[in-house]
Amino acid sequence: MTNLLLLFDAPSLIVQVLLDGILVGSIFALAAYGMALVWGVMNIINITQGEFVVLGGYVAFTAASWGLNPFLCIPVAAAALLVVGWAIYRGVIYRIVDKDLFISVLATYGLGILIAQLINLVWGADVRSLDSGLGTWFFLDGMVTVAQTRVAAFVLALVIGGALLLFLRLTRLGRAIRATAQNARAARALGIDTDRVYAATYAINAAICGAAGALIVMIFVLQPFVGLIYTVRSFMIVIVAGLGNLGAVIGAALGVGAAENFVGFIFGTQFQAAFVFSFLVVVLVVRNLRLQRRRMYLK
Amino acid sequence: MFRLLAATLLALAAIPFAATGAAAQAQGDTIVVGAAVSLTGKFSTDGQHTKNGYELAVKRVNDAGGIKVGGKTYKLEIKLYDDESSNERVASLVERLIVQDNVKFILGPYSSPLTAAIIPVTEKFKIPMIQANAASRSLFTKGYRYAFAVLSTSDQYLSSAVDLLAEKGKETGKQPSSMKVAMAMGDDAFSLDVRAGILEAAKKNGMQVVIDDKVPDNFTDISATLARVKAVKPDIFLASGHATGAATATKQVADAKIDVPMFAMTHCDSAQIAEKFKGISEGILCASQWAPTLSYKDKWFGSAGDYNSLFKKTYGYEAPYQAAESSAAVLVFADAFARAGSFDTEKVRDAIAATDMETFYGHIKFDDTGKNIAKPMMLYQVQNGDYVVVAPTKFATAKLIYPRKTP
Repeated sequence: MTNLLLLFDAPSLIVQVLLDGILVGSIFALAAYGMALVWGVMNIINITQGEFVVLGGYVAFTAASWGLNPFLCIPVAAAALLVVGWAIYRGVIYRIVDKDLFISVLATYGLGILIAQLINLVWGADVRSLDSGLGTWFFLDGMVTVAQTRVAAFVLALVIGGALLLFLRLTRLGRAIRATAQNARAARALGIDTDRVYAATYAINAAICGAAGALIVMIFVLQPFVGLIYTVRSFMIVIVAGLGNLGAVIGAALGVGAAENFVGFIFGTQFQAAFVFSFLVVVLVVRNLRLQRRRMYLK
Repeated sequence: MFRLLAATLLALAAIPFAATGAAAQAQGDTIVVGAAVSLTGKFSTDGQHTKNGYELAVKRVNDAGGIKVGGKTYKLEIKLYDDESSNERVASLVERLIVQDNVKFILGPYSSPLTAAIIPVTEKFKIPMIQANAASRSLFTKGYRYAFAVLSTSDQYLSSAVDLLAEKGKETGKQPSSMKVAMAMGDDAFSLDVRAGILEAAKKNGMQVVIDDKVPDNFTDISATLARVKAVKPDIFLASGHATGAATATKQVADAKIDVPMFAMTHCDSAQIAEKFKGISEGILCASQWAPTLSYKDKWFGSAGDYNSLFKKTYGYEAPYQAAESSAAVLVFADAFARAGSFDTEKVRDAIAATDMETFYGHIKFDDTGKNIAKPMMLYQVQNGDYVVVAPTKFATAKLIYPRKTP
C-alpha cells in the first residue's frame, strides 16, 4: 500500500514505470507476432519461439565480438535465424504441419530443448550481454531515466513490425501467406504452393525472433536456458490479442508490459508473473462467456 | 526387431559397468572418491570449476606422495560422472557410484538443489560425503550424519555487507537505525537463504527493510523494483540470483542510473561483472567464499596465491572460489583418511567430523550439523576493473570506497 502512495507522492514515477513497461513490451510484441503468424497460418503453436530468441541473441553476441556494431548485428541475427527456421521446417516441421495441435506442441517443445542444449554446447552456460554503447536520458530531475538502447529497440521493433505488415499486404508471397491462413485447401486449389508458404512463414517467424533476440541481448542478459520465458510471454500475448492482426498484438504486448510493471511496482516483483497468468485466466473466461452468449461456442 | 535392438543396446550399456565395477573399489593402492558434477546443462560453467578443483587437488595430493593410511601409502583417484544439472540424474548417478562402482567416499555436486538430491542417498548407504558447493541453510537442519560442507552457508553471503554498512554508517556519523535496506532476491533456495541472512543482519543493526522483492523467471528484469529504489533512496541495494541475477542487476542498475551508497550482490565472479561490464560495475560489492590474496596456507598447495598460480598454469584462468572450495573438500578427505588410519566408512566419518585444519582455502572445522564454522565470508569490491578484498577488515587488501560513486 505504501508503494501505491509513493506513486501519488511522486507522479514522475508513473511515467517511469509506464515507459519501462512499454519499451520492453515492444520487444515481446515481435516474438508474439511471429508466434501468431505461425499459429494462424500453419496451426502450429511454436514452443521453440523462446529458443529462437535466445539463439538470435547469441548470434548477435558473436557477430559483435567480431567487431560488428551491435545494431548491425540485428540483421545478421535475423538472416541467420531465417536459415535456421527454414532448415528446421524442412527437417521437422513439415512432417507435423497437418497433424494434431498436440503433436506440434510436443515436437516444438522437444526442438526447444535441443536448441537450448546446442546453444549451451557451443557458447557455454555463461551469462552473455552486449553493450550497445548508448547512454541514458534523464527527465524530470533525474526521476525518470530512459536507457537509449531501450528506445532504439522500441523504434526498431515498430519498424520491423511495420515492414512485416507491408510485406504481408503488398508482396506476392505475403498475399499467398494470408490466403493460406484463410483457407489452405482453397489456396492449394488456386495454385499456391502451400508447402513453400509454410516454409517461408516458419523461416520469417524465426527471423523475427532472431531480431528480437539481438535486441534483448542488448537490453537484458542471455543464458542458454531462458528461452521458455519468452515462449510463455509470446503465448500469453497472442492469447490476449487473438490471431487476427498485428495492431492487437502490439497493443496487447505494450499493455501487458505496462500493467505488469505497475503490479511489480505496487506489490513487488514476485507478483508480476502471478498477475500475468491470472490475467490470462480472466481473459480466457471472459472470452468463453462471450462466445457462449453469442452461441458461438461448441460444447 | 525392436526387442532385439533394445536387448543389444542394454547389453552394450552394461559393459562399462561390468568393467569398472571391480576396478573402482577402494583396494590395491588407490582410494577412489566418487562425484557427479554438472558438465552439461545450466550449471555447466560452475560444474567445470568444481571438476577442475577436485582434479587439481587429487593430482596435488598424489604428486606430494599420496596419503599414508595405516602404514601404507595410497594414491587418490576420482571417478566423475556428468549429472546434466538434473536433480533426478545426480541422485541416480550417486547411487550408481555407491552400488555398482563400489565407491565408499563421495564428493558433492555443484549447487544446493543437486546436493539436496544426493544426501538422502549417501545417508541411506551411510557413505561420508564432503561437499563444497551447496551453501543452502536447509541442508544443515535435517540431522544428517554423513554430510559435511567446507564452505560458509548462504545466509552469511550478504549479511556481511549489511554489517559493513552499519560500520561505515557509524564512521560517517549516520545511525544504523536510520538506514534503509532494499533488496531483490531470486526466488530460488539459495537466494532466499541469502535474504534470510540479510533480514537477520538488518534486524540486528536496527535497520529498516524498505524493499524486499523476490524475482521470478531466472532474474531477467528488475525494472519495477528499481523504480521503487529510485523513489525510496535506500542506503544499500542487495541482489542475488546466481550469475544471471548478478549480470541483470549490474546492467539495469546502471541503465536506470540508480544512485545508492552501497550496492552488493552474490555471484559477481561467475558473471564476471568486472570483466564484462567494465565501468558500470565499479564500486559493486561482491560476496565471495575465498580470494587468492588471502593469507591462508597449507602443506599441499602453499598459500592461497600459490593455489591460484598453479590453477592458472593448469587450466588457463584465475581460480574461482568454486574451484578453491572444491579442492579444499578433497584435502579434507585426504586429511581424514590419514587420521582415521583405515577406510572403514564409520571411522572416516568420525575423522571428518573431528577435522580442525588450516588450508589455503581457510580454516576448516565442522559443527554438529556438518557445516564449516571456522571460515568467514569475504567481500570484494570492484575497483578500477579489478576485484579487491575490502572486508573483513583483517584480510582486506584495499580500502572500501564508500559511498559508491555511480559510474
